[in-house]
Amino acid sequence: MALAGGQTLLREMKRGRLSPTSLVDLGGLVPRDVALRDGAVWIGAGATHAKVAASDLLQRRFPVLAGLVAHIGDPAVRNRGTLGGGVAANEAAGDYPAACLALDATIETTARRVTASEFFAGSGELRTALEPGEIVTAATFPVTSHAAYVKFLNPAARYAMVGVFAARAADGSVRIAVTGARAHGAFRWPEAEAALGAVFAPESLRDVRLPPNGLVEDLFADATYRAHLAEVLARRAVELAVMRTQGVLVLSHGSSR
Amino acid sequence: MTMPTVSMTVNGRPVREEIEGRTLLVELLREKLGLTGTHVGCDTTQCGCCVVHVDGMAMKSCTMLALQCEGAEVTTIEGLAQHGAPLHPMQAAFRQHHALQCAYCTSGMVMMALDIVRRHREPDEATIREELKGNICRCTGYHNVVLAIAAGARAMAERPG
Repeated sequence: MALAGGQTLLREMKRGRLSPTSLVDLGGLVPRDVALRDGAVWIGAGATHAKVAASDLLQRRFPVLAGLVAHIGDPAVRNRGTLGGGVAANEAAGDYPAACLALDATIETTARRVTASEFFAGSGELRTALEPGEIVTAATFPVTSHAAYVKFLNPAARYAMVGVFAARAADGSVRIAVTGARAHGAFRWPEAEAALGAVFAPESLRDVRLPPNGLVEDLFADATYRAHLAEVLARRAVELAVMRTQGVLVLSHGSSR
Repeated sequence: MTMPTVSMTVNGRPVREEIEGRTLLVELLREKLGLTGTHVGCDTTQCGCCVVHVDGMAMKSCTMLALQCEGAEVTTIEGLAQHGAPLHPMQAAFRQHHALQCAYCTSGMVMMALDIVRRHREPDEATIREELKGNICRCTGYHNVVLAIAAGARAMAERPG
């Protein structure tokens, strides 16, 4: 099994959920640059979250992505965790997968280039479309001016209890991605995307509901509450995206707005 | 089966150890090298008691394999001040501001504080609080820790050289 920063994999091994017989450290094997290529931001799989968040290029050209990455985990985790690990692990509350889905990113692997929607459509026990032996090498994010990410933090561990990434691409297509709400990881919300297709404004989501069936339930939030959070956060994300401030908003219990 | 060997520099001293592949960095530090100032709290990458510096950056040593540190420069709390020498300004600030009670989280807090200073020089209170997201204190709270980090950062900025 391939080991990137290890911030998910080593935890899963300690819990006994994964017990690989061998690990191959990808450090130094996959690219770790951040670059602008044909109007898109290209991030090497080995780029740590700290490096991506601090990238001048990203802060200037794509602040919503820099801002999202700056809120993954905590500073020590960001010094270690990488884009490749984040997308390959596709944790239930992962931030990167939501960005990939909403920004229509392309995931590059040792075997192919695949859209985020295909990549994160893993089935059964598989969290992604990665085949055995296939390694993520990079991801490309088309720069999108109408884009925003809003997440509501778990009160204890501070990961996204629910997060919503809203984006309207240059061709007018709308993508809404929700993270933290399903055990299998981030997903696109077609009903919300359809409602926003005509008018990209928070009011368009007034009557759109996320069915609570199949959403994560734990001691912090039941499925109905998570569905409600997704609806509220989606409106907030669209509101921010319309303002073109390229915002990231992190909310928690006790947030004043 | 022969065990792999790992080489790294710990607190300026070259180290070479035969270890099991599954050995975590924190296990190498505590159990092989006797550097017990680095603690294990949650063992799930959340509490920050195990934070050390690897190549100058704060990392959680409970969530790294020792073998991933091949060739790296590792600094633990023991490496900040020589035995008997004056404390590092950040350690002195923690003492002066009574930024600890049971002190279990303190070495991780100090190592994270230095990473905060590395990136923000003299951070304001909001920045310090945000940056402490991955360091949990379960007894004295964060108030004095935040004061100490601000004071330590000031002292480091004023330090000659």
